[in-house]
Amino acid sequence: MHNKTITELAKDLREGKFSSVELTQSYLDRIKKHSELNCFITVAEDFAIESAKMADIKLANGDASPLTGIPIAQKDIFCTQGTKTSCGSKMLDNFISPYNATVVEKFNHSGAVMLGKLNMDEFAMGSSNETSFYGAVQNPWDTSTVPGGSSGGSASAVAAHLTAAATGTDTGGSIRQPAAFCGITGLKPTYGRVSRYGMIAFASSLDQAGPMTRSAEDAATLLQTMSGFDPKDSTSMNKPVPDYSMGLNNSLEGLKIGLPKEFFSEGLNDSVARVIETAVDEYRKMGAEIKEVSLPHMKLSIPVYYVIAPAECSANLSRFDGVRFGYRCDEPKDLNDLYIRSRGEAFGDEVKRRILMGTYALSAGYYDAYYIKAQKARRLISEDFKQAFSEVDVLMGPVSPSTAFGLGEKTGDPIEMYLADIYTIAVNLAGLPAISIPAGFVNEKPVGLQIISNYFTEPHLLNVAHKYQQTTNWHQQTPKGFE
Amino acid sequence: MEWETVIGLEIHAQLATKSKIFSSASTAYGAEPNTQACAVDLGLPGVLPVLNQQVVRMAVKFGMAIGAEIAPYSVFARKNYFYPDLPKGYQISQMDHPIVGFGHIDIDVNGTKKRIGVTRAHLEEDAGKSLHENFHGSTGIDLNRAGTPLLEIVSEPDMRSAQEAVAYMRKIHDLVRYLEICDGNMQEGSFRCDANVSVRPKGQESLGTRAELKNINSFKFVEKAINIEIERQIDLIEGGGTVVQETRLYDADNNETRSMRSKEEANDYRYFPDPDLLPVEITDELREQVKADLPELPDAKKLRFKEQYAQDDEIATTLTSSRQLADFYEAVVEISGCEAKLCANWVCGNFLAALNKAGLNINKTPICQDRLAGLLKRIADQTISGKIAKQVFEELWKGHATADEIIEQQGLKQITDSNAIEAIIDKIIADNPNQVKQYLSGKEKVFGFFVGQTMKASQGKANPNEVNKILHNKLK
Repeated sequence: MHNKTITELAKDLREGKFSSVELTQSYLDRIKKHSELNCFITVAEDFAIESAKMADIKLANGDASPLTGIPIAQKDIFCTQGTKTSCGSKMLDNFISPYNATVVEKFNHSGAVMLGKLNMDEFAMGSSNETSFYGAVQNPWDTSTVPGGSSGGSASAVAAHLTAAATGTDTGGSIRQPAAFCGITGLKPTYGRVSRYGMIAFASSLDQAGPMTRSAEDAATLLQTMSGFDPKDSTSMNKPVPDYSMGLNNSLEGLKIGLPKEFFSEGLNDSVARVIETAVDEYRKMGAEIKEVSLPHMKLSIPVYYVIAPAECSANLSRFDGVRFGYRCDEPKDLNDLYIRSRGEAFGDEVKRRILMGTYALSAGYYDAYYIKAQKARRLISEDFKQAFSEVDVLMGPVSPSTAFGLGEKTGDPIEMYLADIYTIAVNLAGLPAISIPAGFVNEKPVGLQIISNYFTEPHLLNVAHKYQQTTNWHQQTPKGFE
Repeated sequence: MEWETVIGLEIHAQLATKSKIFSSASTAYGAEPNTQACAVDLGLPGVLPVLNQQVVRMAVKFGMAIGAEIAPYSVFARKNYFYPDLPKGYQISQMDHPIVGFGHIDIDVNGTKKRIGVTRAHLEEDAGKSLHENFHGSTGIDLNRAGTPLLEIVSEPDMRSAQEAVAYMRKIHDLVRYLEICDGNMQEGSFRCDANVSVRPKGQESLGTRAELKNINSFKFVEKAINIEIERQIDLIEGGGTVVQETRLYDADNNETRSMRSKEEANDYRYFPDPDLLPVEITDELREQVKADLPELPDAKKLRFKEQYAQDDEIATTLTSSRQLADFYEAVVEISGCEAKLCANWVCGNFLAALNKAGLNINKTPICQDRLAGLLKRIADQTISGKIAKQVFEELWKGHATADEIIEQQGLKQITDSNAIEAIIDKIIADNPNQVKQYLSGKEKVFGFFVGQTMKASQGKANPNEVNKILHNKLK
């Protein structure tokens, strides 16, 4: 039963083929069996079984929603009442939230069963899941490689069928890149579509939560539950939530696809490029028109991102000061000592690096040259997309220049790690929705196709992804040993 | 050398909302520590601020009242610094784009009018409190106050004396209470003030180096602290020293200012727009609504009082010093139908004196406007004399009965029946032949003796005019 999609599982649960408790137990068993992947920071076994029992009652009473009884797992960035929320950091190793994130509330309300909390890069800062206080996560396709990051635990767990689906968050590619590396479907919605309340902030103007699933169809089901205006999040958009599943099968005849030439320039691995071209050909066969477009300012996205994201995070992470919650150093001598040692001992190197960069960028005398300039460049990047979407319906390209790299391969060189996010970051800067779907393999490692669409056009994005998954079976592949 | 003082004030007015600026926790003062701090106020991981729209309205109201430009859109920024009672490690404030732009306030010092510029007013959240007592060497943190809305009102360096500074501060204090956006309670810290003080040789255009004075939270302390700081700076310069830019704390017990931190030690606050909050847009609709809600302002009210009620400046100033008092006065005039002057004398006189003596605010008065009006009516229609009225007033203060009831119960009604008065007078004349002789022989002073005796015999109830008239007739 662990090989089925959510749509299939929901049908089987309703038909009584198995109960939610049985289904949940089978996933819990798999999580234990494959614990070497290190996908989970916390497995909420008792909580999951209790929720499954309640779901079974709902199913028996016939008042179940599409997610009732479906086991899912939350990235450990979402606050979950009563279960540890660590954000992948020593800083929050002892933190139990007194409240639920809005996304968590919505899943609870839908009757989904939470299996546990998924590993991630510390405070979502990283592209390989190697900055986690709880250790690296393995990629089930090749356990010597990274699953990507920061939602590495989510991607690996979905790919290894340790959960029916997972949540992720995407600040500069943290859903799409691990989805690509692990051969699953990962959707980053439009900024403002999903509430950020209770999602521990990395870079507030870029962070967005989304589903990580085995198909576009499942992504639609999860997004349906996650989306919507939240009065507790001033940046969430008060806009009706469309039915994400309704148009999945719409024809793509006449679809205008733009290929940004900047996505296919130097730096892109040739084999990856061929996989993407083949995928685009598939769309051509479905009646789409292909056109080259340009995003001239895309080259600025990495420097812009590495000013704005660290600037925001430098303030966002100030609340972790050892005063009210989280890690506190032993025997502080005085207030300064309390701050310095609590933060010094509990934050990892990557987090410290970004706090330092952000603090520097915001400092008196540098603010205009860095932060203000970066905001201006950010607008130029958004304008590029606006121009492109006046010509085409969707943009397509790779998610990452390469397939999953080796564990430890890039940890010594932060800049090289940052550069690997070249195709995903601009989307966050513009606040657009984008999806990564499995499009083939290079040396038995998955390659993700990235599809970007205009603001709040997730139904269209999911339609384009789903149609591809109707004619290909890349998304149905399972890594060896995890069948 | 002759020195000139330059003063600018930063006033923090706590906005009188029920809930906090970015959360739904209560702002009520005096609760048990940390019982009025929700997840947002505690700065828990993942929480987000949501702007209380009431504070926007209040800021706009203030802006309109000082004739300021209201920014069509303003931006919240994060002011970054670490302190244990600042839960997020940054304060949400406004920096480059405050909600209220340049405006002004007119002050009056010893009859001289002066216009003081208000540079800006912006919205921000208050921090919590650090408690150093009763924690055995540790510090306790109370976050009840964290997230309380503040309007920071920054003046131009337009004041030239401590007296002017106090006049300005009072004016703002009156105004925010008029607008009902701040309760003005200085003991509870709802209205606080920092002063930037510098001196320069008279005639010099450039400003001297300033010191920022903190912890001056009463009108009295503002005046004292500024004066002592002026003295310190002048002594320092005349002694060959230089003033350094620093923050100084006023110590009221020793009446001195002490250095807290120098400019070098000051934080780099690294302001940047808060990405959790959208820019605040002030729509024309909101502007119109607030304008329609705007009460008559103190200056306009004073001017109207002077004209409408023919009052002198002092009386009008007193009566319009608070909106409640002015309203009370106007209600008394209307209900009693008495002369405005009589009403003013009583409200400013006995009534205010009694309130002050009892340490009561006008809204806690035991004598409502109807009862005071009831008393004045009986003075005007001569049912009682002014002297008896004071007696009735004291009974009214106890709050049990109306003036009419008191007059009735205690038989205080004035005797105006001339036959009754004549009878009393006849008896007094008969009983005091010597005094009659003295008067008739030209000692006019003795007339007072007869008036006194008559009033005494009538227990003060005889109508004094009537008594005079009859006495004059009888003693011809």
